[in-house]
Amino acid sequence: MNVAVLSGKGGTGKTFVSVNLAAAAPKAIYIDCDVEEPNGYLFFNPENIVEEKITVKLPVVDHELCTGCRKCVDFCAFNALAYIGGKVKIFDEVCHSCGGCMLVCPEKAVSEKDKTIGIVQQGQSKTVTVKTGILNAGEASGIPIIKNLLQNIKNTEQQLNIIDCPPGSSCIVMESIKDADYCILVAEPTIFGLHNLKMVYELVQLFSKPFGVVLNKCSKGKNPAEEFCIKENIAILGKISFDKMLGTENSNAHIIVRQNAQYNELFTSLLGKVCKEVQHETTTGA
Amino acid sequence: MKIAIPVDENEKETGVCISFGRAPYFMFYDIETKNSEFLLNSAAESQGGAGIKAAQLLVDNRADVLLSPRCGQNAAEVLQAANIKLFKTLGTSVRENIQAFEVGKLAVLSEIHAGFHNHGGK
Amino acid sequence: MKQLLVLSGKGGTGKTTFVSAFIKLADAHAYADCDVDAPNLHLLMGQGISPEETDYYGMPKAVIDAKLCIGCNKCKSSCRFDAIVVKKGYTVDIFACEGCGVCAAICPVGAVTMQPAIAGKLKLYRQQNRIFSTAQLKMGSGTSGKLVTEVKKAMNIKMQKQDFAILDGSPGIGCPVIASLSGVDFVLIVAEPSMSGISDMKRIIQTAKIMQTPMAVTINKYDTNLSKSEEIEGFCLEENIPFIGVVPFDNRAVEAINSGNTIVDIDCVSGRAVKEVYEKLIKIL
Repeated sequence: MNVAVLSGKGGTGKTFVSVNLAAAAPKAIYIDCDVEEPNGYLFFNPENIVEEKITVKLPVVDHELCTGCRKCVDFCAFNALAYIGGKVKIFDEVCHSCGGCMLVCPEKAVSEKDKTIGIVQQGQSKTVTVKTGILNAGEASGIPIIKNLLQNIKNTEQQLNIIDCPPGSSCIVMESIKDADYCILVAEPTIFGLHNLKMVYELVQLFSKPFGVVLNKCSKGKNPAEEFCIKENIAILGKISFDKMLGTENSNAHIIVRQNAQYNELFTSLLGKVCKEVQHETTTGA
Repeated sequence: MKIAIPVDENEKETGVCISFGRAPYFMFYDIETKNSEFLLNSAAESQGGAGIKAAQLLVDNRADVLLSPRCGQNAAEVLQAANIKLFKTLGTSVRENIQAFEVGKLAVLSEIHAGFHNHGGK
Repeated sequence: MKQLLVLSGKGGTGKTTFVSAFIKLADAHAYADCDVDAPNLHLLMGQGISPEETDYYGMPKAVIDAKLCIGCNKCKSSCRFDAIVVKKGYTVDIFACEGCGVCAAICPVGAVTMQPAIAGKLKLYRQQNRIFSTAQLKMGSGTSGKLVTEVKKAMNIKMQKQDFAILDGSPGIGCPVIASLSGVDFVLIVAEPSMSGISDMKRIIQTAKIMQTPMAVTINKYDTNLSKSEEIEGFCLEENIPFIGVVPFDNRAVEAINSGNTIVDIDCVSGRAVKEVYEKLIKIL
């Protein structure tokens, strides 16, 4: 069962919820798809880490075979190629690895080489298998890393996979929720939070994903996110109160369910609710 | 000698554009004939790699010198490979910059900024 | 004319809260929201004004004409982005399509064409001589980097040369952040005193260094973890990055924001602290 945790707005508590859900389960895989700013591993401190480099393809031109026809330069939708002084010059950071230049070259002068854009690490923290994707600073897109993270995940009813998503609702978020069976939207009680919640709300509906909301950092004041959920008839899976102690523990990267019985119960019960929702979806064929 | 300058409009009294890659037009000024021509910058609409495409335009139009307030790394590589010299503009008057260049008052543009990476796709 | 960009690496540290306060303190006439994926600044600064909207076109998207398609599968096998899907015929997943044009080039019968696609909306709020540029990226779209560039361009074209411009950044270190960094004169990093916050702060600092932009750091909600705050301050000292003060956690900040005010519009501790940070920032600028 793939459960994705997203929020739209940053800082609402995606990692906090994902990490603790994974740790509260009898066994789980935690996948950190926020490859630009991964945080889950800071909490888990996984051991026995196995690392894999993630590469994309970059074109290489054989100047002996090149006749200067410029078909590659003209084809490139990203302007990653230039023709100067009788030679084709390639701009690696602009290249999107589409393979088009290689395709259109009439002389077969273009081949490809690998460029590393980041890594995927897998390790273990007690009952949780931790998979982390890390994008190298300066690289523009983490999509190939997210693809790698999710590709070999066994998705069965017994296997719980928690996918910690990046903030926002752009292409990297979409890539992260593609294979999700259920989405947990984490909302905070501010107008900023609500505005961004609406975006991911639209996103999960667009992808026809079943979903529910966890209201985080709740206090006595007005909660625009809660009001919105009630109005739109969105399932509220749980409410987590603003708790200074929790904030401190979280800032020290402690996994609260591993040290506090009350929160362990909260997350175990939340997990139970999510499983029930997923089962409900599958049995009603929704 | 042909001088290229990124400009805001395609008329003589136009000002120097703050962007090189996405300048709406380039003005080409021939020092010997004192003729000026304007070229629409097709790179401006690019999703990405605008600097590269703009520099390619200068190469294809046989510019010898570029007067610009700034230049990105990628574009600079293209220009340097083509032996086009870069000079830093002062102020926004095209006329004044050409005059300053002709009497050797403009400094070589040496602070090349890092690539903008604002390309299309993800 | 100076352009100040506020970034953080980690989400939720308080960029928009700081930016809105700075705009009030500086009486800025030019500002922009570069977080085109999840913009928030307009919720505070755009109230009561109707923006001018412009469609933003991203990369073109492939379109397959089912009547011409012969099902040879050449497009699907050459697409590097898994954007060709077989579902009642060959169709394009517009969210995955990067607009590279390979499928259109390889199709033997011309069934695939590249069509312009709207990827978002640019919004320009104008009031007297104030200019506020923002945008909303269409959900799932790419080309966020280019849209950020358009947002900045829209502001730059309309602002006066002597204006001080303030830009609200986005979380992360990828394409839109890199695009927002280009051409700015200074970056303020709003850090969060937590392990995640510090890890993210270091990565954004690394990114800003690659872009060669001068920067300073401030800590928001510093009292939620004093030892982490000290760690951040120590890091800045080691790395020779100006550290310009701290802002305490303040319940009233949320109240202010939720009522559509900045934290300097009401009397609160965070507002007063932000003012001090602002004054130190101005001295450096």
